[in-house]
Amino acid sequence: MKVGLFIPCYIDQFYPQVGIATLQLLEKLGCDVGFPTNQTCCGQPMGNSGCEKDSAKTAQLFVENFKDYDYIVGPTASCVGYVKEHYNIIEQTVAVSHVRRHIYDLSEFLLDVLKIEKLDVSFPYKVGLHQSCHGLREMRLGASSELNVTYFSKQRQLLEMVNGLEFIELDRTDECCGFGGTFCVSEEAVSAKMGKDRVADHQRNGAQVITGGDVSCLMHLEGVIRRQGTGIKVLHLAEIFNGATI
Amino acid sequence: MMSEHANKASAFIRDEGRTDWHDQALWFVRKKRDIQTKKVDEWETLREIASGIKANVLANLDTYLLQFEENALKNGAQVHWAKDAAEHNEIILNILRSKGVKKMVKSKSMLTEECHLNPYLIENGIEVVDTDLGERIVQLRNEPPSHIVLPAIHLKKEDVGETFYQYLHSEKGASDPKYLTEVARKHLREKFLAADAALTGVNFAVADTGGFTVCTNEGNADLGAHLAPIHIASMGIEKLIPKQEHLGVFLRMLARNATGQPITSFSSHFIKPREGQELHVVIVDNKRSEQLGRADFRKSLYCIRCGACLNTCPVYRRSGGHSYSYIIPGPIGSILSPGVDLKKHSAMPFASTLCGSCSDVCPVKIDIHHQLYKWRQIVAEQGDFPAVKKISMKMMGFLFAHPSLYRITGKMGRVAVKIMPRFLLYSKLNAWGIKREVPQAPPQSFREWYLSQEKYKHK
Ligand code: SF4
Repeated sequence: MKVGLFIPCYIDQFYPQVGIATLQLLEKLGCDVGFPTNQTCCGQPMGNSGCEKDSAKTAQLFVENFKDYDYIVGPTASCVGYVKEHYNIIEQTVAVSHVRRHIYDLSEFLLDVLKIEKLDVSFPYKVGLHQSCHGLREMRLGASSELNVTYFSKQRQLLEMVNGLEFIELDRTDECCGFGGTFCVSEEAVSAKMGKDRVADHQRNGAQVITGGDVSCLMHLEGVIRRQGTGIKVLHLAEIFNGATI
Repeated sequence: MMSEHANKASAFIRDEGRTDWHDQALWFVRKKRDIQTKKVDEWETLREIASGIKANVLANLDTYLLQFEENALKNGAQVHWAKDAAEHNEIILNILRSKGVKKMVKSKSMLTEECHLNPYLIENGIEVVDTDLGERIVQLRNEPPSHIVLPAIHLKKEDVGETFYQYLHSEKGASDPKYLTEVARKHLREKFLAADAALTGVNFAVADTGGFTVCTNEGNADLGAHLAPIHIASMGIEKLIPKQEHLGVFLRMLARNATGQPITSFSSHFIKPREGQELHVVIVDNKRSEQLGRADFRKSLYCIRCGACLNTCPVYRRSGGHSYSYIIPGPIGSILSPGVDLKKHSAMPFASTLCGSCSDVCPVKIDIHHQLYKWRQIVAEQGDFPAVKKISMKMMGFLFAHPSLYRITGKMGRVAVKIMPRFLLYSKLNAWGIKREVPQAPPQSFREWYLSQEKYKHK
C-alpha cells in the first residue's frame, strides 16, 4: 500500500514536528509512505476567502503530486476536507476523482483503512480533545452535538487506546475555536474571544494537554495560551500516538 | 480593513462580561434545545420529512399559493398580494384607513420588520404597539430586535427596568422580572382593549384549508386577533405547507428547536373571520421569488424561523444581533441578505467561521454554511470586496502553484518571525498578534527535515 503523505503549508513551515510524527507513525504501522516534495497547499485559503478560482492551479498541482498513490493521508481534517469537497472547481479527470476518493484524514485512515485496534504508547496526562469543526461536520469524524444520532468520535476512540491517558470532558464538546481561516484576522475580536473561551473550557475541566486533529485550530489555541502564559500544552493527535512526552 | 460587522462585533466584545453573559444566555437555550430534541427518537427523520415538505412546497409554489388563496376566499378572508415591502405597507395602511383605524396592536412578525412597517404606519398617523413582550421592550427603546425569536435577548433585566422606568413610569431601579412583567401586562392590556385592528404574522399557512397558524408563548396574537374587529395577517410566500396534516411535523419541531419547549404555549389556528370581523391575509414576495430562482440558495427559503442557528452560532453569540447589517441576523440572515442587496450585505457571508453548527441544528436541513461559502464566491466577484484582498488572493494562488517560490517565501516568513523585533511583529498591522502569539518558527520546514534524512534520500 503506497501512501502519499500530505503536509499542509502551515504544518510544513511552522509545525514540522507534526509532519514528522505522522510520517513515523504511519511507517511504524507498516505503510510504505512517500512524500511528494513539490507539494504546497490544498488551496483552501483562497477558496474560503471567496476566490476559489485562484485556487484552481494549486488544486491541479496537488493532484499532480498525489495521483499515483493508493491513499493520500494528511494530519489535518480541514485541508483533507477541502480536497474532498471542493475540488469540483477543476475538471474531473480520472486522476482528480482518484485523489478525491482516496484522501483521508489521519484518524479515519488509522481506524477505517488500517483498522488498528491498539496503539503501543502511553501518555499519562489529562487530555482535552478539541474536535475541529471541519473534521466533525464536513468529514464526519464524529457525531456532532446538534444531531440526534448515536455518539461516536473517531479521535476519541483512538485516544482511548493510549495507555494512561485520562480523557477530560468539556462543557461544550464541539464548540468552534474561532480560527476560521482568514476569519482569524478579518474578525480578530470574535476569533480571539472564541479561542480564549475554548481554552478556558479545557482549563476549567483540568486539562494538562489540548489535542486535536487540525493544526490550524491548535495553532490558534496555542497562540492564546502562550499569550496568557497558562502553560497548557498543545499537541497534535499524531504526536501523542507516536509516543510524544511533555 | 475591517468590515462593519467586525467593527461592531469588536465594540460589543469590549464589554467582556456582557459578552460572556450574552453567550451563556443563548448557550443555555441551545442546551435546552439539545435535551428536548434528544427526547424525540425520530428527530432526524422529522428533519428529513420537514425538509422534503419544504422542497415540495417550493417546487410547486404557484399551485399551492393559488390553492391557498382560493380556500381562504371561500372561508371569507380577504387576500392581498404584495410584490415588495412598499406594496405590503400600502395595502395595510389602506385597510386601516378605509376603516378609520387609529390604533393597531401587533404580534411578532419578522416580515413586518423586514418591510419597516412600524415607522411607515407611525408616519401616517397610526399608533402601532408591539405586544410581544420582547418586541415591546425594543420598540420602546427604539431599537430593532437583536434575535428573531428572542428580540430583547441582548438586554439584562436591569436594562428592562430602566426602560420601563423611563417609558412606563415603573419604580426606579426595579429589576424583579415578576414586577416588570406585571407592569408590562397592565400596559399592554390597555393597548389591547383600545386597538381597532390587530396584525399577526403567520408561521404556517395551509394550502388545503386556506387557514393559518400563529405560534406565540404569550398568547398575545390571540388576544389581539380576538378582541379587534380587524385581523390582518402578513405572510411571506414561502410560509405555505400543503396540508393540515403536515402541521404536526412542524409544530413538533418549531418550539423544541427554538427554545427547548415541547411545543409553543399557544398555537392558534385561524380559518375564518368571526361574525362581524374582517380577516385580511397579505401575501408578500419582497425578493423571495428571486431567491427561489437561485438554485444554490433556494433552500434558504425552507426556513421556519426557529432561531436555532442564531443560538448555536459562536459568532452570533459573541457579537450580538445588532452587529449584522440585516434585520434577520445570524447564519440564516447571512444567506438571505446578500440576495436582497449584495453590496450592502457583502460582509455577512464572511461573518462566520464556517463551523457548520448552523446546518446541523437546522430543523429543515438548510445547508447554511455551504451557502455562506457560495455567497463568498459571488461577493468576491460582484459584491463589495476589497481590492487588496482580491489581489492578495491572486498572489497567494500564484505562490501555491509554484513550489519553489512557495519554499523561498516560507523560509523568508519563518526567518522574519524569528528575527523581527517584537514591536514590529506585534504592530497593528498584525491582527493575529493583538491577543495571540504567532507560532514559533522552527529552524527547518518539514520538507527540509525530510530531505536531510539519509533514509529518505533515495525516495
Ligand atoms: S435557518 Fe434553520 S435553524 Fe435557522 S432559523 Fe431557519 S429553520 Fe431555524
